[in-house]
Amino acid sequence: MAKITFITSDDDTIILEGTSGSVMELAVEHNVKGIDGNCGGVCSCATCHVHVKPEDMEKTGQASVIETDMLELDDNADKFSRLCCQLEISDELDGVELTVAK
Amino acid sequence: MFDNDKNKGICVAIGASHAGVNLAFALRREGWEGQIILYDADPELPYYRPPMSKTYLTNEEDVSVKPLKSAESYERNNIQLNLGIKVASIDCKAKKIVLEDGSTQTYNKLVLAIGARPLVPTITGLANAKNVFPLRTAADVEGIRNSLGGIPEKKVVVIGGGYIGLEIAASLKKVGAYVTVLEREQRILARITAPEMSNFFHELHKDNGVDVLTGKNVTSIEVDNAINKVVCSDSSIYLADIIIIGVGIRVNTELAEKAGLTIENGIKVDSATRTSDKNIYSIGDCTFHHNPHYDKYIRLESVQNAVDQAKVAAASICGKEVVYDAIPWFWSDQYDVKLQIMISFRLHFSQAHNS
Repeated sequence: MAKITFITSDDDTIILEGTSGSVMELAVEHNVKGIDGNCGGVCSCATCHVHVKPEDMEKTGQASVIETDMLELDDNADKFSRLCCQLEISDELDGVELTVAK
Repeated sequence: MFDNDKNKGICVAIGASHAGVNLAFALRREGWEGQIILYDADPELPYYRPPMSKTYLTNEEDVSVKPLKSAESYERNNIQLNLGIKVASIDCKAKKIVLEDGSTQTYNKLVLAIGARPLVPTITGLANAKNVFPLRTAADVEGIRNSLGGIPEKKVVVIGGGYIGLEIAASLKKVGAYVTVLEREQRILARITAPEMSNFFHELHKDNGVDVLTGKNVTSIEVDNAINKVVCSDSSIYLADIIIIGVGIRVNTELAEKAGLTIENGIKVDSATRTSDKNIYSIGDCTFHHNPHYDKYIRLESVQNAVDQAKVAAASICGKEVVYDAIPWFWSDQYDVKLQIMISFRLHFSQAHNS
């Protein structure tokens, strides 16, 4: 089980609990603004882009090569960027804070 | 912040795929307090379409399609989902829709997210051919999977070398089928990409063992001993256990047309996705909309467009000033290649899509 905090572009803070699946699926299921997940979670559309709170990067890890390639198209991407369809929910992710990218 | 009465009416959407479903949930985020009622002729809980030509075909497990949202999610957001129901007509004056069984539903705002259907080419004998499938719905995926019947060495002919046809070719090759793509033009993806891209994909498919043949105009199909013989105008013949039709789509404009809305290569909408009737919006594949980046009216067949327009419509319905101004792009996954495509509109778009 992991508690994950999303901060949206409206500065809303949404805390959700998940046990399985991806962070994108959790966000979409709970209608978190700015996380669309259009491709269904196969790292093809970059509509689930989040910025990980720097100190939480240890828990999430860096973006993979395939994510980095996708994020190249996004001007807002930085070294804390992840596509959250690639973040599997596990106890490891408990307490992570993610800011939804614009 | 909002005029509350304004956000308390009944919003009805016809079509519950990426556009309609995203509209419903965006309406709740934007503060719509009234009823939200969705209708779709498809009986399945609304599902992701992009994986249909990709992972849904290659997945070895007997999985059904993946829902966009769980059934509970609609309940939690008080979104009424009416599936397997066709809408017969729209009465703009009385602000109501009439369902196929004759019952009616009134609305304050109506959203047409009615999409498109696969184009069926005029080919002699097509109606009597065996195992012919387009790819648009979960039922189509199911049909293709069933006709493979766990026997990977089936012969598949894909008619049409566009993105859908090529993605299906790659997926079916991956599960072991013998795949031939027949493209009428001199190169694949001719309508939508530059020759360099066509060459790239042609080589990619060749390297993976798919026969991609161009300049092949299919004229008739004969059935001989339960196998299809696909005949081209140059007299060449290709045998097929399964035929996939991927030659494009026709926009579902009939409902809108009968209701008297302006139609122009799709349902014409303004920058806030409003149709020529101020209480009716339209979003997704079926719209002919203005794109400020190109200063042109265009029609796009993409999930990105469906979802972005859904958000614009929801905000506009809730009384916000919004303009749809997304830069259109697509993605395609074939074999291990992930492709992002920005489109440019040097082509005259209506021509490009009516050819």
